[in-house]
Amino acid sequence: MSDEALAAGVASRRPRRSLLDSERLLAVGGLTPAVVYIVALVGFPFVLAVLMAFSDVTVGDPSLDFVGLETLRQVLEDPVFWRALRNTLFFTVVSNALVVILATALALILTKDFKFKWLIRLLVLLPWTTPVSLATISWLWTLDTIFSPIDWVLRQLGLLEGNMIWLGQPRLALASVIIVHTWRIVPLAAVIVMAGMLAIPTEIRDASDIDGAGFWRRTFEIEIPLMAPIIGVAVLFGVILSVTDMTVVHVLTRGGPTNYTQVLASWAFYKGIEGGDLAQGAGTALFLLPVLVAVAALILRFARRTEVL
Amino acid sequence: MSVVEVRGLTKEFGDMVAVDHVDLASREGEFLVLLGPSGCGKTTLLRMIAGLEEPTSGEIYIGGEKMNGLPPRIRKVAMVFQSYALYPHMTVARNIAFPLRAEGVDKAEQDKRVRWAAELLGIDRYLDRRPRQLSGGERQRVALARALVREPNVFLLDEPLSNLDAKLRAAARDDLLEFQRRVGITTIYVTHDQVEAMGMGDRIAVMRDGKIRQFGTPEEIYSDPADTFVATFIGSPPMNLLEGEHRVVGFRPENFKPIGEFTERDVPSTFRFHVNRSEYLGSDRFLYGVVEGYDENTKVIARVPVGSTIAEGATYEFGVAAADLCYFDPRTGKRLRGDA
Repeated sequence: MSDEALAAGVASRRPRRSLLDSERLLAVGGLTPAVVYIVALVGFPFVLAVLMAFSDVTVGDPSLDFVGLETLRQVLEDPVFWRALRNTLFFTVVSNALVVILATALALILTKDFKFKWLIRLLVLLPWTTPVSLATISWLWTLDTIFSPIDWVLRQLGLLEGNMIWLGQPRLALASVIIVHTWRIVPLAAVIVMAGMLAIPTEIRDASDIDGAGFWRRTFEIEIPLMAPIIGVAVLFGVILSVTDMTVVHVLTRGGPTNYTQVLASWAFYKGIEGGDLAQGAGTALFLLPVLVAVAALILRFARRTEVL
Repeated sequence: MSVVEVRGLTKEFGDMVAVDHVDLASREGEFLVLLGPSGCGKTTLLRMIAGLEEPTSGEIYIGGEKMNGLPPRIRKVAMVFQSYALYPHMTVARNIAFPLRAEGVDKAEQDKRVRWAAELLGIDRYLDRRPRQLSGGERQRVALARALVREPNVFLLDEPLSNLDAKLRAAARDDLLEFQRRVGITTIYVTHDQVEAMGMGDRIAVMRDGKIRQFGTPEEIYSDPADTFVATFIGSPPMNLLEGEHRVVGFRPENFKPIGEFTERDVPSTFRFHVNRSEYLGSDRFLYGVVEGYDENTKVIARVPVGSTIAEGATYEFGVAAADLCYFDPRTGKRLRGDA
């Protein structure tokens, strides 16, 4: 294009707002996918679940007949429900306590300088990147009643005769579920805590060196208090993942032996989907709601606090 | 109170030599300034003295004792950082008490000394506040109190004024000097600001590329620079440098005056000064121009009284007293002495 033509082109183009300059349009366009997604995949199923919990719908009789609190009364009468509720709480508290300790320790180690750090970091992250079901299946083999390699090692060391039967004994089975779950959440928590640790300015650490703080004093009086909000976020994520998870229980024990390792999510699934009693499944799952609402509120509070900092 | 001495101190980071065989010794109770552009190694030198960085080679002595390999707490040094590095989750009182807690001082004694340090620095009203509730100047005082409370042998300050705005900085400079004189603790102060260095230092070590280029009193550094780097780094505007055939001649803007102001006894050298631009600064007037017979890209600045009647675009006879001329080697930039 010659200079004149270019000039003419510029002159003929009147100043005009492009479509993307409209903030209204941008707002509507940007928000629509998220709103559609939430309404279709979260809102609708949630409303449906609440409705089902107050009906007697089953796979055989899919009409939504309102029965008031009858379904919830049946849910509460079932001793397995109470065991599942207890297990859910126990298993969430214990595994997340372990997660906090292990993740903080790991983060402390992984922020130090040493050889092959990238390799160790990669290995630590690996459990998180593997799909839950596959990872749990490999644990299923590891904890196998007859062929468990853990048992084999214990036998070779002379510490065990026969087999532990990890998943066949109530207490060991629950411990196994907790261990696998902890193993799975620790990497995510470690990465979150690590990010928090790296965000502590080096001058603060140098200052604590100058002030004569040793490793323990620095860790417990400086680093951990400064990381408290971020550790809090890691815990809340961990709690959500533990309260709602049914994969580990489903793959490892299917709630057994005799419902001893049942949790709310798995119990709702067995009742509602496998057993076909949709109303009772929904009613059971509804008891996850208070925990999740509390956790979500806390997450929002933490998020606001970290913004202020 | 102790003397700090380093001998042949070197720090390499991979291929980069940050500090290159530095020898330096402070005097008792002295305010010693390490001055240089960013990346000259002054902070690394300070961090090695503090014990935050291990030297690649060379020795560090504090109070006559070799300190290599010892952690900071055993060196009894205190350091104030550029960002102050206060612990944000602790109150001012707990911040100041932190070094004492680390030392295992008992609670009553801790309280007594925290109060003493806070009163000395005028921050006793803020003891229950958190650092983020304080202004920049108050934070700096807290950092100083935390440094002081252990009664260290040496104070190390890393650009402690650079986070303050210009007005506050002048006041903080005053306070800091007065405070240092009062406690009389040997202080090593790192800065890139030559005005700060000139105003505060008993002696200044000018650094560049990991080496000390000159070490002396502010007067020595200003009027008797060791090389062209020191000559141009110190002073605002810097020393004028004119490249001759065999040597570079240097003179300060305030010594470059109309020839009529000299007497016979000054034995002035004369230059024909063509004034391009005149800048009024309230207290002085700066004249920017070139000197005939020298490279016309070499800008020369004269600092004259505001009342002078010199016009832009004209050429004048200017001169410099013989005693105010410095000569430098054009290749190495080093000062040539004796043959002036």
